[in-house]
Amino acid sequence: MRAAASSELTVVPRGAGTGLSWGAPPSSCDLVVDLRLMDQVLEHAAGDLVARVQAGVTIGQLAAALASAGQQLALDAPAAATVGGVVATGTAGPRRFRYGAPRDLLIGMTVVRADGVIAHSGGKVVKNVAGYDLGKLFSGSQGTLGLITEATFRLHPLPPAVAWVTGEFGPSDRAGAVTAVASAASSALVPSAVELDWPGGSHRALRVGVLVEGTPSGVAERAKQFSELLAAAGGAAAVADVPPARWGQLPSPSAVIRVSFWLSSLGAVLEALAAAAADAGVRPAVSGPAGAGALYACLDPATSHDAVARFVAGLRERIGRALGARGSRVGVVVLAAPPPVLEAVSAAGTIPGAALMRAVRDQFDPGHRMFPGRFVGGD
Amino acid sequence: MTTTIEELVPRMRDICGAGNVITDPLELRTYECDGLTAHRCVPALVVLPGSAAEVAAIVAACAQAGVPFVARGSGTGLSGGALPHQDGVLIVMTRMRKILEIDPVSRRAVVEPGVTNLSVSKAAAPFGLFYAPDPSSQVVCSVGGNVAENSGGAHCLKHGFTVHHVLGLEIVTPSGELTWLGDGTGVTTGYDLLGTFTGSEGTLGIVTKIVVKLMPLPEVVHTLLAAYATTSEGGRAVSDIIAAGIVPAAIEMMDALSIEAAEAAVRCNYPAGAGAVLIVELDGPAAEVEAELATVRAICQAAGATEIRAADDPAERAVIWAGRKSAFAAVGRISPAFIVQDGVVPRTSLGAVLAKIASLSEEAGVRVANVFHAGDGNLHPLVLYDDASPAETIAAEELSGAILDACLEHGGSITGEHGVGVDKSRYMPKMFDADDLDTMQLVRCAFDPASLCNPGKIFPTPRLCGEVPGHRRAAQYTAGHPAVAAGQAEIFLDGYRTILGSRHPFGSCRRLPFAVGWICLQSRGRDGAVVRRLTCEHRGGFGADAGRGFV
Repeated sequence: MRAAASSELTVVPRGAGTGLSWGAPPSSCDLVVDLRLMDQVLEHAAGDLVARVQAGVTIGQLAAALASAGQQLALDAPAAATVGGVVATGTAGPRRFRYGAPRDLLIGMTVVRADGVIAHSGGKVVKNVAGYDLGKLFSGSQGTLGLITEATFRLHPLPPAVAWVTGEFGPSDRAGAVTAVASAASSALVPSAVELDWPGGSHRALRVGVLVEGTPSGVAERAKQFSELLAAAGGAAAVADVPPARWGQLPSPSAVIRVSFWLSSLGAVLEALAAAAADAGVRPAVSGPAGAGALYACLDPATSHDAVARFVAGLRERIGRALGARGSRVGVVVLAAPPPVLEAVSAAGTIPGAALMRAVRDQFDPGHRMFPGRFVGGD
Repeated sequence: MTTTIEELVPRMRDICGAGNVITDPLELRTYECDGLTAHRCVPALVVLPGSAAEVAAIVAACAQAGVPFVARGSGTGLSGGALPHQDGVLIVMTRMRKILEIDPVSRRAVVEPGVTNLSVSKAAAPFGLFYAPDPSSQVVCSVGGNVAENSGGAHCLKHGFTVHHVLGLEIVTPSGELTWLGDGTGVTTGYDLLGTFTGSEGTLGIVTKIVVKLMPLPEVVHTLLAAYATTSEGGRAVSDIIAAGIVPAAIEMMDALSIEAAEAAVRCNYPAGAGAVLIVELDGPAAEVEAELATVRAICQAAGATEIRAADDPAERAVIWAGRKSAFAAVGRISPAFIVQDGVVPRTSLGAVLAKIASLSEEAGVRVANVFHAGDGNLHPLVLYDDASPAETIAAEELSGAILDACLEHGGSITGEHGVGVDKSRYMPKMFDADDLDTMQLVRCAFDPASLCNPGKIFPTPRLCGEVPGHRRAAQYTAGHPAVAAGQAEIFLDGYRTILGSRHPFGSCRRLPFAVGWICLQSRGRDGAVVRRLTCEHRGGFGADAGRGFV
């Protein structure tokens, strides 16, 4: 990094590349820094529920190392993805409902700045308020502030038993699904995930999925209670010990639009998705951790660039119209799309704190050499 | 600088009304320190804004004049994070104390920064929800202050810290602009400035609105107390609980000396002769917690518990917690003065570090009472000494510092929840190298290039109002109180964020404008119920009860 700095090279960090095609492509790329050779689990303090790993360790490799002690990094991310990549992109799946995103599990980080200086923050204890938390700042920073080289996580015990409870709601019973998501999410039965799956547009059924983790007897009892809860909302409930189809997986789309919201707006968000899809003539597959306030609308590769752009613009407009001032509590972000779409619509719309984000970028990378073009606040 | 301050006064009066601008030297003294009374500095000017727009205007005026400013909530912080600047403006947020919204479906509350921590949970309770972070000062500490300090609490082992429960912040930037960080959805777009800001100890701006996450109240809560002959036996129980894959809501431990103090203060009736007491709290769905309780009970027994008690209703649980919650204040019963330390070690190093503290204590001839969050390795050694003796005072300070060195040697931290503030900035270079500190300061430069926002905190700097470790004065303020003398009241401060008998300076007193602080008293009403109230302290001693009662 020092050499790149002295030659003013633009730098693109990469891990396994599982998320590399999400987001805007680099506007310039002199040097790719591939971190996959930094693949050591440096420390697993099982008694402390802490692991310190190099950035190139894959999620699958780490899971295997931790499982021998009955522990896990409680994140749903592709097994092939690297820890550094998952942190840099802020990737989290269904269980973000209970355990949060990478930023919530990180307790320490080592980074290499754009100028080649190595910096640490946090540590290897779960409770620590000394100094600024650079781990939070670098989580989700998409490689635009520097290289993440090492991360320390708090771990969780692997649950002895798991169960998935699903409730199917007919296409005309969107309201029932909304009620089911809300009551599962606010239940004292402690779900680990509350997902909504609505494939292929408004004429299809909706599925609410709840993940229950715990002891075998506890999970059996709670799964029964959750299925009653989903049935009470009008769903056809079922319990299984394997995940339902598409659990935590997005289809292979050409465009992914993330909608984040306050749960009380879920009904309005689904209405806006259906209406915007009809207007643009697209059929998005909508799924995600609805209980945690997020859904992903995926458009298949056959969708024209123009239709994707119209869908995004229409969605923003309809949400603004439906929610008024509360529209600021809904985020519509284009996570992945072909470049022509990203030229036609703003990827993130208006981001709160954008001016401060630019100031942070300017401090850490004054030459804007780190993954130029990627930063959602613009370069 | 004084002329600049004088020029600012009319501007501040225009912004927030003459009654909310304090210039009287005696009244200014009310704000000279926060919960860490060893550091004192009278601010040049105090303002009490009533809205975010007023805060923005105040900060903009300061920025324009090049005058430093410091925000203050309830003033319960224990690292001097709200210590005023002698040439600066202290912005006191306590008038902004409205709960603006509770959205039970979204499990969100929107509150102003002066709202007290516990009142959020109280307002959420009718919806079956609560606000999880619970620093033991939660009756009085403000949510805005919690955000600045990333406050924890006894239950953060399972439920996380403030940063895990704050989903959106409206802030005034150090240049005086209002902006949001995060939108309350819990999903981050762009850099996670929300997470970066939380815990920045008031150095990156001033919070004016907070969106917090609410959680469903647990179905059941069980509290278990186990007595041991030694802390190492108790420590073995803790290790075995973790190894069994159980994450309790809280795991707390007290050693013999702190049990002795608690017994003297609140007659908590812990098992006689115990060398250590372990408190384990389990919460969650009934279907899980009953089984966990049986496992924890068996583990505690196997580790050599001499007695085990369990409680599942709020009153019985409170009895178990009484000794633990009083422990910090209670050591005032057995020592004239004490230092509350806040270090962290990996949980598995607890035994080694406790042994090290014992040997340091013996070498120095200074007693240390240990109270700690055993689940996450957060130690709160209470270093006991007599401040009438300069030699003892120095020995206590040295011991307190040596304890932090021991924490760092085991890969720990200099602070788990009290913050760096002014108190520990000089320890930062022991934990982080120059490049680390330089990199953190890049964030500071982005937010506050003029370095006017709470300057002199966190990072080592020569410009301090005085640099001595955090002493607590135990007896000085208690002696003359008529209620105590008459045996009608006893000094009682709830938990470790408040300090036995020390001044408790969180705001001015309307009835006694020259009050310099508050003190917490406990007495029993005619029906035997415990009543706690704050009474006002002024220059001459204790004042009349100002009626700021709470239970």
